[in-house]
Amino acid sequence: MSNAQSLDIPEVLKEDDRPKWDNKFQYILSCVGFAVGLGNVWRFPYLCQIYGGGAFLIPYVIALIFEGIPLFHLELAIGQRLRKGSIGVWNTISPYLGGVGIGSLMVSFIVSLYYNTILAWVMWYFINSFQEPLPWSACPLNGNRTGYIEECHESTAVNYFWYRRALNIASDITDSGNLQWWLVLCLAICWAIVYLCTIRGIESTGKAIYVTAIFPYLVLTIFLIRGLTLPGATEGLVYFFTPNMNILKNPRVWLDAATQIFFSLSLAFGGLIAFSSYNSPKNDCEKDAVTIAIVNSMTSLYASIPVFSILGFKATTRYWDCLDRNIIGIINEFDLPDQSIMRDNYTIWFGLLNTTHPKKIASLKLRSCDLQEFLDASGTGLAFIVFTEAIILMPGSQGWAVLFFVMLFSLGLSSMFGNIEGILTPLLELHVVSKSVPKEVLSGVICLVSFVTALCFTLRSGSYWLEVFDSYAGSLPLLIIAFFEVTGVVYVYGIKRFSDDVKWMTGRQPNFYWQVSWRIISPLLMLTVFIAFVTLQTQKQPSYGAWNPKYEEKDYPAWILAICVLLVVLPCIFIPMVAFYHLIKRPYENTSNGTSGN
Amino acid sequence: MLGVLLLAFSLVTIIHSELCRPDAQNAFKVRLSIKTALGDNAYAWDASEEYLFKAMVAFAMRRYSNKATTQISNVLLCNMTERVSFWFVVTDSARNVTTVPGSEVEAAIRMNRNRINSAFLLTDNTLQFLKISSTLSPPIEPTVPVWLVVFGVVLCLVVAGILLLVVSGIRQYKKKKHESAETGDLEDNSNTPVTTENGIPCDILDLKAGQINGVYAADDERLTPL
Repeated sequence: MSNAQSLDIPEVLKEDDRPKWDNKFQYILSCVGFAVGLGNVWRFPYLCQIYGGGAFLIPYVIALIFEGIPLFHLELAIGQRLRKGSIGVWNTISPYLGGVGIGSLMVSFIVSLYYNTILAWVMWYFINSFQEPLPWSACPLNGNRTGYIEECHESTAVNYFWYRRALNIASDITDSGNLQWWLVLCLAICWAIVYLCTIRGIESTGKAIYVTAIFPYLVLTIFLIRGLTLPGATEGLVYFFTPNMNILKNPRVWLDAATQIFFSLSLAFGGLIAFSSYNSPKNDCEKDAVTIAIVNSMTSLYASIPVFSILGFKATTRYWDCLDRNIIGIINEFDLPDQSIMRDNYTIWFGLLNTTHPKKIASLKLRSCDLQEFLDASGTGLAFIVFTEAIILMPGSQGWAVLFFVMLFSLGLSSMFGNIEGILTPLLELHVVSKSVPKEVLSGVICLVSFVTALCFTLRSGSYWLEVFDSYAGSLPLLIIAFFEVTGVVYVYGIKRFSDDVKWMTGRQPNFYWQVSWRIISPLLMLTVFIAFVTLQTQKQPSYGAWNPKYEEKDYPAWILAICVLLVVLPCIFIPMVAFYHLIKRPYENTSNGTSGN
Repeated sequence: MLGVLLLAFSLVTIIHSELCRPDAQNAFKVRLSIKTALGDNAYAWDASEEYLFKAMVAFAMRRYSNKATTQISNVLLCNMTERVSFWFVVTDSARNVTTVPGSEVEAAIRMNRNRINSAFLLTDNTLQFLKISSTLSPPIEPTVPVWLVVFGVVLCLVVAGILLLVVSGIRQYKKKKHESAETGDLEDNSNTPVTTENGIPCDILDLKAGQINGVYAADDERLTPL
């Protein structure tokens, strides 16, 4: 216990002007809102689908138990105990580890830049959803109104709206183009909303979180009910959830499950440390950690049910459209009576006609319709392409579109709160500004600087840049920081000291599961995941999918690869830099202070 | 007499069949999908419907060229199939042997497409004139782009919210400064160091007449009362 007093722990009696949560529920909601984000809605269903449906849940749950929950508990515990933001916490644990906090700050900043840009896209779709009919439902007409615009005709109306009307995408990442004014406006509005909610730190986000964290669940429930009543929903659910146990032999599945859990829980951002630092010290962080991590995973599962039902509906409708096109082609060619061939006897007719008139059938160039091929839940394209396409097929599409995009916006906004807290709290502690400057100004400056920096994502090549940022800044540095977090707490701070701290806070000594996870399993798992991740990334030449207007795989030019490396290195470089700095400083301190009680 | 009539009739038939053939010059193929359009209310395609069609085409030609010379008999239909599809051609009223140029027929049909469609309770999709592209109806352009309106609403709300919070923050700040300026002479503010003893601030000790040490309090109770 004497070790605890050597740190500047505020005793319960001393007056503390650190902001506090209004109640426990606000704190839990904020953590849940931070963890539950856009990835729960579009990344998890995508992974579930490509990795054998229900079978994916096995590596997912294992990763949750041995990697997600221990790390989550660790972050909440150190934040709550040391009552500081990420920089302060790591400086307190050991000055050599101060770089970990700075790394967290940098990653939070970089991620919030592009995360809010995604929200700006969501906002653009939201404000376009009030139009009747929805602008992405049909191709616009060309100049002399005899047909549709060619680019739209070649692909689909939904693709056209996304790539041309929303992004106005360039065909190459080096072709920057101008700032797209409508995206700039949406981005400005998004940062203004973020500022409005984070203006006073947790005092304001604590109020906003009631809406932004609870609303998505309401909408998901509405979509669940609607989705299950759509035709083709059961096909979608069956297809996506059917377990394919063979997939577990593929090591890629385990890696993706581990990374998915890690990124889904928003670890290593410093936001969780900031949130828990505003708690009262005597709070059961163990129960909180387990609760929030499980709620996050449950939300992913809960969200995938309406997503899969609606995708099944979309696939079925597209399949029917394909069949109908073929039927019309056959009827017109053979001059058969209208509606003589229906969907269910199409195959019989087709077989019959193919044997009697094979040449005619071949000349029609009928497309073979396969339901499986339409069941494709493509990752980031899910929200803006796949789901929007499904929405226009549902009756009352404007309402559904508005609901969907407001839900996405709330999901993203509550995650943004955590990101901004991860920037705001450490900066307040670094005392970069004098005490007289109010918090409102600091959060305003953060939002303004972020807005100006994020303008680069509103260029014509913006979405390519966003992909670069997402793949490089939002992945590797987090793994590195989390590894240093775990090893720093367990081996530098001391697992015994940490266990005693947890006992002081929760009243119980952490049991065997926590000890084993923190000491051995989690660091080992983090290291393995990191090595596997790096190996897989470097195996193939990094490329991106350009749109011109068809997908085209292009390689990144050398200078872009240099920027990718910079994005990875920049947050992580602080860890060795700060350690080195303190290492050099120490001999000078010793010689200048003479014999001091070091 | 009968022979002459027969000869004339066969001549006319031959001429007609020469004029109206699939892929003949100035001939157009028409395709109807009545069941698709009307479902249970579909009517059967019979000779009366054909007559109506001829009448509509003649009407379109009259409207277009503004001379009332085209007769129903100038419209020839052929190659009727079960689909329902057929070819038609419009002969020149002045000289029965030639056909009206395709471009004129096309323009006439396009001009009166609506009337022709509604005569048959069909649409552009279900009453198709192959090779005659229909003018696609323009999308309804609202006077003000809807998205700008929504954007304006959201912007106003957000700016109002920010101003409200900033102004209330400034007011609170001024009130606090005012209060601390009033009471600043009477009590120690947080800048002066708090004297502590054993980690407990002295002023609390003074106010609460010391802290009761739990160990000794318990001891007191163990002593048997006298």
